[in-house]
Amino acid sequence: MAGAGGGGCPAGGNDLQWCFSQVKGAVDEDVAEADIISTVEFNYSGDLLATGDKGGRVVIFQREQENKSRPHSRGEYNVYSTFQSHEPEFDYLKSLEIEEKINKIRWLPQQNAAHFLLSTNDKTIKLWKISERDKRAEGYNLKDEDGRLRDPFRITALRVPILKPMDLMVEASPRRIFANAHTYHINSISVNSDHETYLSADDLRINLWHLEITDRSFNIVDIKPVNMEELTEVITAAEFHPHQCNVFVYSSSKGTIRLCDMRSSALCDRHAKFFEEPEDPSSRSFFSEIISSISDVKFSHSGRYMMTRDYLSVKVWDLNMESRPVETHQVHEYLRSKLCSLYENDCIFDKFECCWSGSDSAIMTGSYNNFFRMFDRTTRRDVTLEASRENSKPRASLKPRKVCTGGKRKKDEISVDSLDFNKKILHTAWHPAENIIAVAATNNLYIFQDKVN
Amino acid sequence: MGTMFARGLKRKSAEDGEDVEGGLAGTQATPSYSLQRQSLLDMSLVKLQLCHMLVEPNLCRSVLIANTVRQIQEEMTQDGTWRVVAPQAAGRAPLDRLVSTEILCRSVREQEGERPAPDVGDGRMPGLVPGLSAVPSAQALRSPQSSLWEVDSSRENRGGFQKSLDQIFETLESKTPGSVEELFSDVDSSYYDLDAVLTGMVGSTQSGHGSGLQAFTSAATPPPGSSCRSDLGELDHAVEILVET
Repeated sequence: MAGAGGGGCPAGGNDLQWCFSQVKGAVDEDVAEADIISTVEFNYSGDLLATGDKGGRVVIFQREQENKSRPHSRGEYNVYSTFQSHEPEFDYLKSLEIEEKINKIRWLPQQNAAHFLLSTNDKTIKLWKISERDKRAEGYNLKDEDGRLRDPFRITALRVPILKPMDLMVEASPRRIFANAHTYHINSISVNSDHETYLSADDLRINLWHLEITDRSFNIVDIKPVNMEELTEVITAAEFHPHQCNVFVYSSSKGTIRLCDMRSSALCDRHAKFFEEPEDPSSRSFFSEIISSISDVKFSHSGRYMMTRDYLSVKVWDLNMESRPVETHQVHEYLRSKLCSLYENDCIFDKFECCWSGSDSAIMTGSYNNFFRMFDRTTRRDVTLEASRENSKPRASLKPRKVCTGGKRKKDEISVDSLDFNKKILHTAWHPAENIIAVAATNNLYIFQDKVN
Repeated sequence: MGTMFARGLKRKSAEDGEDVEGGLAGTQATPSYSLQRQSLLDMSLVKLQLCHMLVEPNLCRSVLIANTVRQIQEEMTQDGTWRVVAPQAAGRAPLDRLVSTEILCRSVREQEGERPAPDVGDGRMPGLVPGLSAVPSAQALRSPQSSLWEVDSSRENRGGFQKSLDQIFETLESKTPGSVEELFSDVDSSYYDLDAVLTGMVGSTQSGHGSGLQAFTSAATPPPGSSCRSDLGELDHAVEILVET
């Protein structure tokens, strides 16, 4: 199923022509809060694409097998399974609601016919098994076809039940529930490369779990101060290294990243590496700290680099150099003069995610006005694209967008003041091997792919 | 290049202060800068108060806002524009007791109906009053509160703001008695503390505060007076719940 343009090491960014492929979700202007997509994640093969929403539901799309009669449309993603992962809860002790919103989904590597994923809300992580059933047993001895028990005294003959094909049914069942380990809100989960453990991080603590054990977790990072009045920094994201099962990183609200080695001690409060870029004194303002807060951290597939997203930029770090990033890409620098307004309307606290292309040659992140940005690390070119229903004709190429920052606005440019800050793209995902991207725009999921030659 | 402070603020105000260049230290004199800074401070305090919703507020956001407030306070202290108003012990006691009980019982009581909005006209202790909105009917109290936080509020109110921020920072710097945590050892009460702190509720152990604030801290430690018996009753109830679960 590699596909025409797949395999190899596809380049990203400008060298490709991105085209609209599909859009999922309601067209209504009125968006139900529960339908807002809160996380998007491809599985390891890219055949499955999972989304979580504010209503606690998970929808999984599966890529259709390539159709020889329609060679130009690469496999489309269609709904494979939908289930309610989390329900709203009420914490009676604190008189507070616990939101059912799915904060993160992470797939486990596939080991048998079934698929497994972890989904989490603010407090509880669940391991879900998604399995197919396409056969049904018929001819039971002790029960009728409709399931009613037969009277054993009426049975005069024995038969062997036979398996008959049935319409494909995809079932999702919760296999593990990892609860009561987080006092604060979970912001990250990350499956370890050992495929046996995973970490979950909240604002102040990171816990290590074994996938089989739900009644115990190990606390590996704790930055809660003895006196909460002294709290000035929180954990914002955490991730395991893709190959070294003893290494993980976590980012903070002060723009720092700490790399920890679990071999050094049980409690990894002391970091092995500390990444921080010195502040530029000429651009210091009251908002400097807020915009330096890291909203996402992702290792490259190679494991040699990591990428961080703060409010205005994306930075690529070489794990061997702690003093500063090796690349800094401006996402929407034109917002720097608007920080006060963005503080007032809380947009400055929006947490954008970022992702690598399969070959690590390109990176992508979202912005406002349903814009998203792509940076090609090899050609050093970047492009701004838009996820909108207007550009939704099948295989229509996406036209690069430009924001006008001052002076005369050229045709097709949009001025900063016209940007819609309610249309934010916080969650994006890139297929692990091919140039297919999934972009969540509020309640719609857009899928784009490169033009097939 | 450019005014790096002005960059962070609204463009139209920035144009007024455009003659101010260089480091933050160089901008202290201009009235427009002070106004902008005060406006930012007021906005930040409002944001902290509005944290009390049905769902646990975002800790990251609260911490970032609190840090911003602290930065402003530090700069205003250096400027000499930070004025600490002495607490009026006698007048504060009744409101304090109300509030401190509220904090203790918040975990235990069901959400109540609307509380009558307290008289905030005197602008004396706005820092305490918004704490009441922390309790169930945040919406009901929000409108009388928001009028407090208008930028062009009277001088008297601004004095009140200074005082409420002062309370917040005193509590941020002082140590809380850890004894509340002992009682709720099964439950991490730290979120309470931050919640209380951000509304300036938590009583510090410093003298000079009214006896009412002492009631909060002493409810956890063996109480010297009978004023805290009702608080203890509520705590017993809370412990009961813990034991049953």
